[in-house]
Amino acid sequence: MQRVAALGGIFFAASFAMLFSAHALATSTAELRGGVFDPPRMAPDFSLKGSNGSELKLSSYRGKVVALAFGYTHCPGICPTTLAYLAEVRRMLGTGGADFQVVYVTVDPERDSVERLKAFLVSFDPTFVGGTGTPGQLATVRKDYGITVSDKIFVDKLPKSEYFLDHSSFVLLIDRVGQVRDMMPFGVSAADMEHDVKILLAK
Amino acid sequence: MTTIKRRARYALLFLLMLVAVGVPAWAAFAPIRSDSRELVLEIPKGTFARRQAGEKFDLIPTEIRLTMGVKDVLVMKNHDDVPHLFGPVLIMPEQTFRLPFRKASTYLFTCPLHTSGLLTIVVESEPERGWARLRWRTAAAVQLTALL
Repeated sequence: MQRVAALGGIFFAASFAMLFSAHALATSTAELRGGVFDPPRMAPDFSLKGSNGSELKLSSYRGKVVALAFGYTHCPGICPTTLAYLAEVRRMLGTGGADFQVVYVTVDPERDSVERLKAFLVSFDPTFVGGTGTPGQLATVRKDYGITVSDKIFVDKLPKSEYFLDHSSFVLLIDRVGQVRDMMPFGVSAADMEHDVKILLAK
Repeated sequence: MTTIKRRARYALLFLLMLVAVGVPAWAAFAPIRSDSRELVLEIPKGTFARRQAGEKFDLIPTEIRLTMGVKDVLVMKNHDDVPHLFGPVLIMPEQTFRLPFRKASTYLFTCPLHTSGLLTIVVESEPERGWARLRWRTAAAVQLTALL
């Protein structure tokens, strides 16, 4: 009789725990302020030249929350704004910021060398890592993440080397297990970004 | 007989006037209610195959209008067998993407589905009673017709 009662207790506790977990997951997902993917998919892995001098492999950041952004160092507005916001998010997270990694992949391999990426990113936050590669490698990464980039846009009064590019401007948040969970459109405040990063860090 | 016809004509005229005045008045002053704050857009199964066959069609309008507090969440669902770039994001088969808006503004997204390459999402504040609400209801009716 005691064994039946114990088993019943365990069953009840397990059911309660499962229900609670499911509720917690549903609630936390609903609380995200960015665009939510349901069901989330695994972030396609890639291997590029990292601005820190090492290989940049996305899967090596498993266990951290990754903010994945695409852009180019000559970008006049969107990239500096986005990176400044991400740096602010990292500061707002305090010690939790150690588990938050910004990965910035160039859409302009012609001008964005490893050295240039490093100098650009360090001006926002020394932990940010950039990635570059061959045009073919980068095109594959963009295709995997649905990133668009325009042809070169030339301005009459500027030399041909000073071109611009229109590119997808959102930031993707990848959770600790490597799933693409959240899309933050350009213009979302640092506070909203921090809010979503905190939710993903808590899992 | 003539009197009856005349009365019937007056009644019809009165009814038409009532509709002409009543409908705009309702549109301008009635509170805005919505069963759901989500505007759902879907990619039907077979879309990729239709495109491959050379069929040309727009999946989504170039401009989407949303209203804070009424319909301010954009939901995009992919029921096709292949991934689709739907507005700004890549959505996998049977995946749903839910994007809530928290601020009234005009958002521009790159979108290869359109010839302009852009998808504009206009998020407006909830319209005040009167002329603003009348205009909002008219625009909503136009957008609904475009989506159908």
